[in-house]
Amino acid sequence: MTNEEIKAYFTTVAPSATFDETGEWLNVQVEPGSWKPLAQNLRNSVLHFDYLFCLTCIDWKTHFSVVYHLSSTTYRHTIVIKANVYAVNPEIETVSDIWRTAEFHEREVYDLFGVKFLHHPDLRRLILTDDFEGYPLRKNFEDPVNMIKL
Amino acid sequence: MELTEKATGNMEFPGEIHQTPGGGIVLSTFDGIINWARSNSLWPLTFATSCCGIEMMSVASSKYDFSRFGFEVARATPRQADVIIIAGTIVNKMGPVLKRLYDQMADPKYVIAMGACAISGGPFFYNTYSVVKGADHIIPVDVYIPGCPPRPEALLHALICLQEKIKSGLTREQIRGELKG
Repeated sequence: MTNEEIKAYFTTVAPSATFDETGEWLNVQVEPGSWKPLAQNLRNSVLHFDYLFCLTCIDWKTHFSVVYHLSSTTYRHTIVIKANVYAVNPEIETVSDIWRTAEFHEREVYDLFGVKFLHHPDLRRLILTDDFEGYPLRKNFEDPVNMIKL
Repeated sequence: MELTEKATGNMEFPGEIHQTPGGGIVLSTFDGIINWARSNSLWPLTFATSCCGIEMMSVASSKYDFSRFGFEVARATPRQADVIIIAGTIVNKMGPVLKRLYDQMADPKYVIAMGACAISGGPFFYNTYSVVKGADHIIPVDVYIPGCPPRPEALLHALICLQEKIKSGLTREQIRGELKG
């Protein structure tokens, strides 16, 4: 499906969504509060986004963006969903029950950025050691022992 | 270290051979013979943590072929290996694993730090919470090879340097071990 068709679909199901087409894929900015039902809708609707191939996070200092790359194995179209969350105590609903692969991706983002995924079945650390303090991929992370401040 | 003709080519037997009627007498030292034997049969551990490992595999394969110098028997277990080539970045989580591998190797054991990551943390990810700034923070290193990654010839040079080091006597770590008793 073309970007125009996908955009038309979004204006019906999520009127508050904004679009950005400067990159390789269509970027859709959504509200974190309404993201969970929208995600369920995207998977089951005519767009058939059945494949979440990347889930990551960006620290903008003022806020975090949780980024979801979605694709459809039927139609081969791809979109990028971005949801902004607060810099202090960032939280967003999990999508691990919609795309199972998100279970590990969300654990990774939780480990490295400290974003809490609500109702995640098993939100434990994935990569860092159990006694690690802080969130190393945050911009304000400091580690004077191992890092030179630039 | 300057490579002598002796070390690069076929190593001569360390000692003197006196021809006598009906046979001969060999004068040598046990240490000399042992080091001669050890240096010509170094078994490397199959261990690589990043791209230097690919270069190491290239040195093992037919184009460069480190078996010409006695390194062909790469072992997948540290119990049977003599030399560990640290080919790649060591991160903090890998540190204890590397130490354990080194501890599991039987004496005498030797360490080669291959490439910038193993020497100092590397040109890319050194300013990070996770990277060990040089494998010699964890285990003692005998030979360092600069490069990113080093040329296969550089690894061969390092292997020959290690042979020369072994032939010239005990390494610093071994002397330290002897003193400890």
